[in-house]
Amino acid sequence: MMQTMIKYVVLDLIKNRIILVYTFFLLLMSVGMFSMDENTTKGIMSLMNLVLIIIPLVSIIFSTIYVYNSSEFIELLAAQPLKRKSLWLSIYSGLALSLSLAFMIGVGIPVLLFDGTLTGWVLVLSGLFQTIIFTGIALLAAVKTRDKAKGIGVAIFLWFFFTLIYDGLVLLLLFQFSDYPLEKPMIALSMLNPVDLSRILILLKLDISALMGYTGAVFSNFFGSGFGMLLSVLILFLWSAVPVWFSLKQFQRKDL
Amino acid sequence: MKICITILFLFLFTDATAKLWRVGAGQQERSIRATINKATDGDTIFIYPGIYKEGQLIITKKLFLKGIQYPVLDGEQKVEILTIRCDGVVVEGLFFKRSGRSSYNDIAALRIADCRNAVVKNNRFESGYFGIYSQHATAAIITGNRLQSDAKDEVSSGNGIHCWKSDSMHISSNTVTGYRDGLYFEFVTNSYIKSNTSYGNVRYGLHFMFSGNNSYISNVFRDNGAGVAVMYSKNIRIQNNLFADNWGGAAYGILMKEITDSRVEGNRFQKNSVGVMLEGSNRIQLLKNVFIQNGWAIKMQASCMDNSIEQNNFSANSFDMATNGELVLNSFKKNYWDKYEGYDLNRDGIGDVPYHPVSMFSMMGERNASSMMLFRSFIVGLLDKAEKMLPVLTPVDLKDHQPLMKPLKL
Amino acid sequence: MIIASNVTKTFGKLKALDNVSVMCSKGQTIALIGPNGSGKTTLIKSMLGMVVPDSGFITFDEHNILHNWNYRSRIGYMPQIGRYPDNMRIGHVFEMMKDLRKNSTASTDEELITAFGLDKLMHKKMQTLSGGTRQKVSASLAFLFNPDVLILDEPTAGLDPVASEILKQKMIQEKEKGKLILITSHVLSELDDVVSEIIYMQDGQLKFHKSLEQLQEDTGQQKLAKAIAQIMK
Repeated sequence: MMQTMIKYVVLDLIKNRIILVYTFFLLLMSVGMFSMDENTTKGIMSLMNLVLIIIPLVSIIFSTIYVYNSSEFIELLAAQPLKRKSLWLSIYSGLALSLSLAFMIGVGIPVLLFDGTLTGWVLVLSGLFQTIIFTGIALLAAVKTRDKAKGIGVAIFLWFFFTLIYDGLVLLLLFQFSDYPLEKPMIALSMLNPVDLSRILILLKLDISALMGYTGAVFSNFFGSGFGMLLSVLILFLWSAVPVWFSLKQFQRKDL
Repeated sequence: MKICITILFLFLFTDATAKLWRVGAGQQERSIRATINKATDGDTIFIYPGIYKEGQLIITKKLFLKGIQYPVLDGEQKVEILTIRCDGVVVEGLFFKRSGRSSYNDIAALRIADCRNAVVKNNRFESGYFGIYSQHATAAIITGNRLQSDAKDEVSSGNGIHCWKSDSMHISSNTVTGYRDGLYFEFVTNSYIKSNTSYGNVRYGLHFMFSGNNSYISNVFRDNGAGVAVMYSKNIRIQNNLFADNWGGAAYGILMKEITDSRVEGNRFQKNSVGVMLEGSNRIQLLKNVFIQNGWAIKMQASCMDNSIEQNNFSANSFDMATNGELVLNSFKKNYWDKYEGYDLNRDGIGDVPYHPVSMFSMMGERNASSMMLFRSFIVGLLDKAEKMLPVLTPVDLKDHQPLMKPLKL
Repeated sequence: MIIASNVTKTFGKLKALDNVSVMCSKGQTIALIGPNGSGKTTLIKSMLGMVVPDSGFITFDEHNILHNWNYRSRIGYMPQIGRYPDNMRIGHVFEMMKDLRKNSTASTDEELITAFGLDKLMHKKMQTLSGGTRQKVSASLAFLFNPDVLILDEPTAGLDPVASEILKQKMIQEKEKGKLILITSHVLSELDDVVSEIIYMQDGQLKFHKSLEQLQEDTGQQKLAKAIAQIMK
C-alpha cells in the first residue's frame, strides 16, 4: 500500500516545476564549479557550501509548502481505508525520494563523474542526509502549525537556525570560555546540528592536513576513528528519523 | 649503464698488480675475513651468494668488495658489520642484515670513518640500528642503496644515512625507510644530495643542522613522522623536491629554523599539515614552488626577515598562511593564490587589488584550536568576508601586491 | 449502521460537537442540515476518523472506529473542496485510488465517470481543471468502489445544473440499492426527492433527527426548504 502511495507522490513531484528548476539549478552549479577550475578539490569546496546551505533551504521550504498545499488531498486520502501512519510516511518518503533524486542528478552524478574520490562520496552522502533530514524537519514544522504562513515562517527560521544561528552561538561560547578545554564539548555540540556534523565529515576529508596539524588533533582523532565515524553516521540517521517520528505521532492524533 | 660502470670499475682495479679473489661456497675462499686479511691494496673480492656471519669486518686496505646476487652479511644483531677505514674503498652489491643495536653506542651496518673517496653503491640494508654512518669522511659516494629498518620510536632507533663532520659527500638515488631520521647531517658541507627517497621514518625524512653549502635536488620526502627539519645552516639550495603527506601537530613539509641566505625553488609541497614552517630564517628565496592541499601552506614566525616569496602556486590549501606577527619585512609577489577573488581590469594577468594570504579564521584557529569545528561554516565565511573589507584581526600589511590571476605552469 | 454516542469535540474554545448522539441505518438518505459552523462537517469527519472526539464514541456496524481503518473501505467520501496533486492527470487519480483500494472486492462503478464525460478528459492535469470538474472527479471517486455508505459533503456546490441532476439521479439509484447516504447541504430545494431523514444541527448540538414525513407533518410544509425555514424561525 505504501509503495503505491509513494509511487504516486513521486510521479507527481518529479513533474513539479520547482523540482525541475531545482534539479537544473544544481546541475548548472556543479558542472560550472567543476569546469571553472582544473582543480576538483576547489570544486568540491564550493559545492560543499551549496550542499550545506541551499539543499537544507530548498528541502525544508519545498516540503513544508507541499504539505500545506496537499492538505485537502491528504484529507481525502485519510478518508480512504489507509492507516494514517502509512499515509504520512508515504508523503515523507515521496518527498525525500524526489528531492534526493533531484540532488543526485544535480550534484551526485557530476561529483562522482568529475571527482569520484572518497571526498566526493562523503559530499554526496552528506547532501542526501541533508535532504532527508530537512524534509523530516519540514514535516514536523508543517504538522505542528495549522496556519500555512506561520508554518513556512517556522521552516525558514529552522533553516536559519541550523545554518547560521547555531554556529553563531557556538562561536560566542568558544570565545566566552576560551580558557577552558573545549574540544570535547565541541564534538558534542557538533552532533546536535546535522549541518555541522555533515560539514565536519566533509572537512575530515578536505582539510585533514589542517585538522591533523592541531596539537592533540582531537577532531580528527575522534571523527576519524571507526567509532567516531560510526557514531556520526548513526547520529545522522537519528536526525533523519527522529523529527519524522515526532511528526508522525502528531499526525496520527491530528484533526484534519 | 650499471654494467658499464661495473666494467669501468673493473678496469680501474684490474691493473697489473691487482688480484681477484672469490669468496663463497664452491669458490677458492670461504671466509670474507680471511680473504680481506690476505688481500692487498687494489685487490678485488667477489663475494658469492650465501649467508656470512663473520662478526665485524674492518677494511684498512683499498679494496673493492663486490657482492654477486646480494650475499647476506649477517650481524646477528650484535655487531657493526663493515667499517671502512681506508681511502678509495668500494663496497657494492652486499646485503647487510641484522646489524647490532646499542643504547650507548651508535652501531651502524656500515661505517665510513676518517677516509676519502669511499664508494658505497647498490647495497641493501635490512633491520638494524643505524644504516650507513659516515664520520670525518670526505668525498664519499653513497648511491643506489636501499635501506629498510623497523624503527618503532625515536629513542630506540638510529638514522638511515647519518653523516657527521663530513665534506663533499655525494648522496644520490638511495631509498630510506623505517629509521628514526631517513637522512641526517651534522657539520656536513659542500655536499650534493640528489634523487633520494625517504619515507615512513619515525621522525624526520631529512634532518640537518650546522651544515652549509649543500644542495638538495629532486629528492622525495613523504609520510615521515614529523616531515623534514633543517636548522642553523647557510647557503642551502633546495630544488625540485617533493614534500608530501606529513601529518601531525609538529609535522612539516619542511621546517626551516635559522636557515639563512638560501634558495627553495621548484619544490612541491603536498598534503602536509604545514607546508613550510619558517622560524628565525632570513633572506630565503621561496620561488616557483607548488603548495597544494596543505593544512597551512606557509607558517611564518614574526622572527623572519627579508624573505621573498615569489611566483609560487597556492591551491586547495586549508589556509594559505598563518603568522604570529605582522611580517611586513618579507616580500610577497606574483604568486598565484586560488582563494584570490580580485579582478584584472587591464588584463595583464595580475590582479588589481592585493591579496591578503592570512585569513581571519586562520588567526582564530591559532588562538583557539577548538574553533576548527566551525571551519568552512556559513558564519565563518561571512566573518571572513567582513574581515577582508575591514581588517581587525589579520595583519593589514601582509599582502601580495601583484597576485596572479592564473596559476603558473610549474 | 453508524452510531454516534454522546460525541463531544472542542477546537480551542469552540465546541464543534456538543454531546451529539445519532443513529444512521441502512437504506436511509440523511440530510445533515444546519447553519455554517454548526458542526456538520466535524460530525462527518468524526465518522470518517479524520477527527477524533474528545469524548463519546462512534461505531460502524457495531465496531468502535477508534484505531480502526479498515471500515473505511466501505465508505465513499466526497469532500467539500477537492484538491489533487497539481501534476496528476485525472486518469492517474482514478488509477491511484484503484491501486490504493484494490483489496476491496466489489467491482468498480464507473457510471458517473462516463455520465460526467470525464472519460474524455483522462489526460488532463488536475491543476488545469475548473472547480466544477474537480467536484465531478470527487463525486466519481466517492461512488467508484460501490461502497455501502456514501458521505457527501456539499456535493452539489459548484456543480452546474446538469451535473447536479446527474448526481442526484445517481444518489436515488444508490439509495434504492439500500445504501446509507449522508449528505450535508444548504441548497435544500434540491434534496426534496432524495432525502428520507433530516438531521438538524446548531452550535454543535443536534436539534432533531426526524424522517421527512414527520417533519412535513410537524411543520405542515411540503417543501423541505420551507419546513426548515419554519423551524429556524
